[in-house]
Amino acid sequence: MHAGIIFFLVILGSVLFHIFTPWYWTDVASNWGGMDDTITLTFWVGGGVFVAVCLFMVYCVFKFSYKEDRKAEYKPEDKKLERILTWATTLGVAALLAPGLIIWNQFISVPKNAIEIDVMAWQWGWQYRLPGEDGKLGTTQVTNINDNNPFGINLDDPYGKDDVMIQTDVINLENNRPVKILLRSVDVLHNWYVPQFRAKMDAVPGIVTYYWFEPNKTGEYEVLCAEYCGVGHYAMRGGVLVQDNQDYENWLQEQETFSELMAKQKLLETGETKLAKK
Amino acid sequence: MSEDLNNNKTIQAQSSETISGGGSGISPDIDYVRPAEIPEQDLYHGHSFITKWVFCQDAKVIGIQYFLLATFTGIIGLILSWLMRLQLGFPGLAGFMTAEHYYQFVTMHGMIMVVYFLTALFLGGFGNYLIPLMVGARDMVFPYLNMVSFWSFFVAVGVLLASFFVPGGPTGAGWTLYPPQTILEGTPGHGMGILLMCISLILFVAGFTMGGLNYLITVLQARTRGMTLMRMPLTVWGIFTATVLAMLAFPALLVGALMMTLDNILGTSFFMPTILKAGEVLEYGGGSPILFQHLFWFFGHPEVYIVALPAFGIISDLISVHSRKNIFGYRMMVWAIVGIGALSFFVWAHHMYVSGMNPWFGFFFATTTLIIAVPTAMKVYNWILTLWRGNIRMNVVMLWCLGFIVTFVNGGITGIFLGNVTVDVPLSDTYFVIAHFHMVMGIAPLMVIMGAVYHWFPLVSGKFLDEKLGKWHFWLTFLGAYSIYFPMHYLGFIGVPRRYFEMYDSPYMTSAVGMNEFISLAAFIVGAAQFILIYNIVKTLKIGKPAGHNPWKANSLEWLTPTVPPEHGNWGERLPVVHRWPYDFSVPGVKEDFVTQTTAPSEIAGSKVEKT
Repeated sequence: MHAGIIFFLVILGSVLFHIFTPWYWTDVASNWGGMDDTITLTFWVGGGVFVAVCLFMVYCVFKFSYKEDRKAEYKPEDKKLERILTWATTLGVAALLAPGLIIWNQFISVPKNAIEIDVMAWQWGWQYRLPGEDGKLGTTQVTNINDNNPFGINLDDPYGKDDVMIQTDVINLENNRPVKILLRSVDVLHNWYVPQFRAKMDAVPGIVTYYWFEPNKTGEYEVLCAEYCGVGHYAMRGGVLVQDNQDYENWLQEQETFSELMAKQKLLETGETKLAKK
Repeated sequence: MSEDLNNNKTIQAQSSETISGGGSGISPDIDYVRPAEIPEQDLYHGHSFITKWVFCQDAKVIGIQYFLLATFTGIIGLILSWLMRLQLGFPGLAGFMTAEHYYQFVTMHGMIMVVYFLTALFLGGFGNYLIPLMVGARDMVFPYLNMVSFWSFFVAVGVLLASFFVPGGPTGAGWTLYPPQTILEGTPGHGMGILLMCISLILFVAGFTMGGLNYLITVLQARTRGMTLMRMPLTVWGIFTATVLAMLAFPALLVGALMMTLDNILGTSFFMPTILKAGEVLEYGGGSPILFQHLFWFFGHPEVYIVALPAFGIISDLISVHSRKNIFGYRMMVWAIVGIGALSFFVWAHHMYVSGMNPWFGFFFATTTLIIAVPTAMKVYNWILTLWRGNIRMNVVMLWCLGFIVTFVNGGITGIFLGNVTVDVPLSDTYFVIAHFHMVMGIAPLMVIMGAVYHWFPLVSGKFLDEKLGKWHFWLTFLGAYSIYFPMHYLGFIGVPRRYFEMYDSPYMTSAVGMNEFISLAAFIVGAAQFILIYNIVKTLKIGKPAGHNPWKANSLEWLTPTVPPEHGNWGERLPVVHRWPYDFSVPGVKEDFVTQTTAPSEIAGSKVEKT
């Protein structure tokens, strides 16, 4: 069989695979549908170039295969053709870059009404903290972390007292309400990633990083750690439950605040001392 | 005869070079080439087995040594990839495989393939063998240093492989070695493993600097008479520019490795912030993990081009020779190589869009990254335009070239996905990234290496590799590798993260089980197919068909040595004199379809281009 035929079949197969693939992205469940659109656009432009270049190559292979009596053309340069190709490519690249930058600008501009969520990562798990009625998260420090203060909240920070603490790896989110994910890590790099939300960012020890999204489909989603963090990396999962307003409020009411936790601890401690005195 | 002379005179009068360069002492002969400016170098000729084949100062032997050692480590990397695919496709089948092992294999596979296989093979292997021959030098300018370069590499490989046998095993930090996890418990090989990895990298960089200086100065200072920079084969341009990149980029890796070693053994905190480990606050504080990432990728991205540029150069020459046609747009090709090289230092943080660095960087690095696509695309156009109206020999070398074009364009396009910051956000850290970089800097350069092996083997050994075995080797590798990495992109779309020891208990990932089994089977076949080449080489050395002088009818100097294979000193009595570029194929008015670089204008008087 002529090699050109096989190359042609490879190109054809690639296109057919793309059209009929059962493996494709999950339904987007956040406001980042624009990312999918940019990918689709890149697919059309990039895929078009791939197919065109490869088909041209296959054509050349058929048309200009070696013949004893033929001589190749001698033409070292073609200024005009090179100029056209350069500008066409530049234009194509700019057309891909522009929407990319526009959406990136949205990605890094967090809406004012977004709820801040503290996502704290460690080897190998997650826990979450929501602001209380004051709408603000208390400041934290890694060195404060202990059994009584699982998030390392600075005790002299008044904003910290009413913070809602969720010491499981599943968090509930309110549908259609933007959230700003504030990521921190107490040990190594991690990355809080839900494929359906599209967005992700590393959690880096020593600093707080962020990204935002607005969930727009209720349901349960799996959280994956997307930055290699040691042997437990693959098992570092979590969950998100996106709920309607009423369900979310009900859930929120049931959660414990930092001051409630401290009070409970105190009670326990006094109980212990009383017990000891007896 | 007298008519010929008259012809020559009219052409001289038109040649601006002769007029402007023509002083009173310069002969008006059209074949004139400026005299040499420096005397020829003295070479050390080894006589014993040890000085000839072990501690050898002949760049060709050093090139072969680099090639063999890089291939040896590459085979280890290949075996590691089999073990990884065994786990991913058929989890639990290999009973001994723990998550620790898996991550160690991932790490060592990545580091070996990028640094100890591809870099060493392109620059150390092809660079050493081809640079002196292609520029018409007798050897590298510092042969002794060149020998030390190889033996540093040898020790570096030794240290790297030794880490398999130390307590805790080799590092399992991923080839990017991101701190803090690299040197903390929870990552396999966080003690001795990472220490040996850093030492090995430091040795590699030191040895590589010795070799790199050699390549640069040989290209700049030791070119033969008439070999202007713009008459150099693109192979030399590619290796030369890649070496400049390496000289600037490797120091960043060197300091990164050094600082990490200090953090590891002396408890400094270059990359280590305050860390809580099992309830205890460790004695680190104030360091920045992201600083390491900047250092690593300031090396790491140019590194991609350190591998790619020699591949670009070599493939240009192979396509031109086997299409019997000049490379299209030579000057554009040279400037594209230089331009890509320069730009490659301004794109590193596109590996870090979701690293937590200041997100405003995204605008800058997405723009620079997509700009680099333009010169890269021009190179692709010029390759296929070289095929256009050529006279294409459909031999094994050409098959590898075509395979390269398909895989490189595919991988290049997916690079535009990942470089465009918004698109990178959902795809980064998924299998899309793995598929992308294996296609573009794994398979595509491998196609070039294989094409180059089939192309230059007749020069190195004097014998042709078997074409039939070569075709089997090509089709199994190309079709197999393509069916590994093309579908793998779609795993990334689903959202399957990379570096997962086990992945398929997630509800939306179960659909990918079948694909993973398929990919693993393809990987086993492609890996095994590489042994066809080893068999082919052994068979050819025993009973191969003699190739003779310049079997491909190429123009460049390496084919024009008085003996095949070339002996130490390359050129016998006299150095060659160059009159033209290496791409004068199918020149109208010349009977043969090639005009070697040493052909004087008067020898092809009356053709379309007597002088180029």
